[in-house]
Amino acid sequence: MEADDDDGKLNEKGSGLSRRNFLKVSGISLSVPLVMGYRVIKVSGAEVKLYGPGKVPLQLAINGKSYTAQVEPRVTLLEALRNELDITGAKRVCDRASCGACTMIVDGKAVYSCSMLAIDAQGKSITTVEGLMQGDTLHPVQQAFIDNDAQQCGFCTPGFVVACKAFLDKNPNPTSDQIQKGLGGNLCRCGTYVGVRAAVAQAAQKGGKRNG
Amino acid sequence: MAEYKWPEADKRTFIGKRISRIDGAQKVSGRAKYSMDINRPGMLFGKIVRSPHAHAKVKSIDTSAAEQMPGVKAVHIVAQVGTELLWAGATVVSLAAVDEPTAEDAMRAIKVEYEVLPHLVIDTDVKNAGEYARPANETKVGDPDKGFSEAEVTVEGNYGMAVITHCCLEPHGSVMEWEDDGKNVLAHLSTQAVSGSVAQIARPLEIPATNVRVKQDHIGGGFGSKFGPDEWDITAARLSKKAGKPVKMFNERDAELMVAGARPSAYAKVKIGLKKDGTITAWDSQSWASGGQGGGGSPPLPYVFVIPNQRKQHTALVNHIGSARAWRAPGHPQGCSITMAALEDAAAAIGMDPYDFFIKNIALTGQRAPIYTDELKIAADLIGWKKNWHPRGDKAAGPIKRGLGLSIHTWGGGGHPSDCDLTIQPDGSVELKMGTQDLGTGTRTALNIIVADTLGLPMNAVKISIGDSRYPASGGSGGSTTIGGISSSSRRASLDALDQIFAKAAPALGATPEDLEAAGGTIRVKSNPSKSLTWAQACSKLGATPLTIRGKNPGPGKLMDQGVGGAQMADVSVDIETGIVRINKIVAVQDCGLIIDLKLAESQVYGALIMGVCWALYEEKIMDAKTGRMLNPNMEFYRLAGIADIGEMVVHMMTGKGYDERGVIGLGEPPAVSPGAVIANAVANAIGVRVPNLPLTPDRVLAALEKKGGSNARI
Repeated sequence: MEADDDDGKLNEKGSGLSRRNFLKVSGISLSVPLVMGYRVIKVSGAEVKLYGPGKVPLQLAINGKSYTAQVEPRVTLLEALRNELDITGAKRVCDRASCGACTMIVDGKAVYSCSMLAIDAQGKSITTVEGLMQGDTLHPVQQAFIDNDAQQCGFCTPGFVVACKAFLDKNPNPTSDQIQKGLGGNLCRCGTYVGVRAAVAQAAQKGGKRNG
Repeated sequence: MAEYKWPEADKRTFIGKRISRIDGAQKVSGRAKYSMDINRPGMLFGKIVRSPHAHAKVKSIDTSAAEQMPGVKAVHIVAQVGTELLWAGATVVSLAAVDEPTAEDAMRAIKVEYEVLPHLVIDTDVKNAGEYARPANETKVGDPDKGFSEAEVTVEGNYGMAVITHCCLEPHGSVMEWEDDGKNVLAHLSTQAVSGSVAQIARPLEIPATNVRVKQDHIGGGFGSKFGPDEWDITAARLSKKAGKPVKMFNERDAELMVAGARPSAYAKVKIGLKKDGTITAWDSQSWASGGQGGGGSPPLPYVFVIPNQRKQHTALVNHIGSARAWRAPGHPQGCSITMAALEDAAAAIGMDPYDFFIKNIALTGQRAPIYTDELKIAADLIGWKKNWHPRGDKAAGPIKRGLGLSIHTWGGGGHPSDCDLTIQPDGSVELKMGTQDLGTGTRTALNIIVADTLGLPMNAVKISIGDSRYPASGGSGGSTTIGGISSSSRRASLDALDQIFAKAAPALGATPEDLEAAGGTIRVKSNPSKSLTWAQACSKLGATPLTIRGKNPGPGKLMDQGVGGAQMADVSVDIETGIVRINKIVAVQDCGLIIDLKLAESQVYGALIMGVCWALYEEKIMDAKTGRMLNPNMEFYRLAGIADIGEMVVHMMTGKGYDERGVIGLGEPPAVSPGAVIANAVANAIGVRVPNLPLTPDRVLAALEKKGGSNARI
């Protein structure tokens, strides 16, 4: 039995066993009940979580609230929010980490939620564009997008706003060079970059960190 | 009776000012719901099995395994056995399942056999296109032979641009549901034509158009590619009917780039005859274009400059790619890019500054010549043309070469037919309903500005309701006709409503209706503004019944116009070792008549310039000759410009006297015409050689440098 990789990937080369058969092999200890959605197996001495096949329970902490759903392990964070939880601010555009329309903040870091599995986001703090307002008050980045008309059709806007917020959290006083590099991961088709540049500059002066 | 005109400049409260878009807060907070965001109870997810071949016949389809899979609720064969499929990505089978993973598994379980047929997808070689080439007859203007015989210099060049795709960030698609026991369709469609899509949905479903309702609050981009339901929307409605549940069907990104919109290519061999003083005597062009089965259309050549003697011949290339769709100023970017490059080459051949060359020949542009002249002057000042321009080929040391380029363009505009209902309640609340749509151009905001300005109310006292086919019909958003149409109908409705309010309020103010005006939230006597009623007091005179006024376009009075001109200039740097082009600065000077919202008008121009950088430098639908498939149906290899790629941008709107009097003119398209030409001309100026075809990718730039003096030499 060959099985290694500490990131949980099974190396089945030469084993002659499919992944499903592998699970049936006796001697693998199941230390977590199935209701948790995964099995823990020992692979080359390391404990690895194994999800599926089929739907598994999912628990996510989004904008300070807890949500549960049943999804297949292959479902991305973006799809889980859009399709299961009706949280649709983040958009699916390229679906492969090129355009940034799906940007969310996960444990303080901007991520392309189209390229992160929902099950991997469990236990982490997730912020979406819906979570940036405080009551009825817009986040300074959001207000700056309106003031500088950094949006047209608005489909890239939620991802752009979240990316700007994450960027300003790390670079409170960015140079224009830093803005261009730091926001290169978001694409807009209507052509709103001139507004976005101005919006980031405005939000930086007002402090983009208000909502933590 | 109201006089239908726009208020004088000193009477405008909001019109022409810099107003933020009224749905901005919704968009920045993720609350704006696009059609793709609609989730309905019990909704199924639709997917489409597409042809992997550019040209094929369906031999057999086996959906049995998919239909038996748990969670699969409906399967619909769109292309029956024997159907000829004319591009890779064509719809074959659609299905709907309880969730996306199940639908994806079901797609893989459908077996389709094809008889593969010959195809053509490459469009750069018209000579060997055989039966796919459809040449039109040669046309002549004036006496081209005489024109060329009078020429002292003849300049020849090849120019062109690849097929690009719309790449709307919200892909094409819809959520389709049947209401009232399967009698009525509610279509949440991503569309540029809310009112116009109703009949197009009803017809293939064979139900009365009265049983169809289209709703759309926001649209994630269209650019000319979303004027009605597509095959996949109709099949979604059929799946929904079969399954008895709403069905969400949106293109995957690869399908979106393969089938949901292509801007035709255009290529031309151009010959220009001119005198050494810069007088143009003759034009000759042999052009061709491709854009799928429709052939791509013939670009306007020569563009804007009506050269006295012309000989032209165009060939349509019918090929096997997803069909062409209107793309922001159809035909104009192609005609402009080819013409302005050829003219710039002609100026270079006689050693003349192209700015002086354009000015010398500006009379050839006809009635708009004085405006072009003004615009070119302003643009030249903004980019420092006279200070920074140098003859072809930057002589500076080192690999980075800098250059300037220019272009001018035109577009029509006008206003589409538009109806609206303006309702004023006895409590003074106001709502405008119109079956239009806001593409991100700011249609909602423009309507709000016009109604509030006309009624003398703050903007938040007016409710704007659009995006529903149950509202009075308004035209599709194309051809830059929306702002002309919707501003005219809403202004007429507001003026008519005001007439009636004046009539009701006049007795209480002891004045005649003609003596009244609406301003600052009051109805007051013009000659004695202290004699006034608040807006609500005036509206209470309506009694119990609200007032509803139908506004129309076309209608009385001149509120809109058509025909604009613009000038653009670019400053670029080219690394001749890597072939990489960088934008330093682009300047756009544009007229569009009376501007409703200056902030959003400028956004249109900035957006057009940025989109232009995308197709001038990066965008290309790259096709594989052998398989006939698109090689880059994704957003890492179908490149768009990022925030660092656009350089500095300067927009100057021609406003005020001489422009405002014309009324409202559309702006979405004109500034999107010239960017390719100005960037290509600036590159030629920088490196001293023409890069014939767009996009100006490093390989094309390096190839042109290697052939320096080859393809575009003076004869």
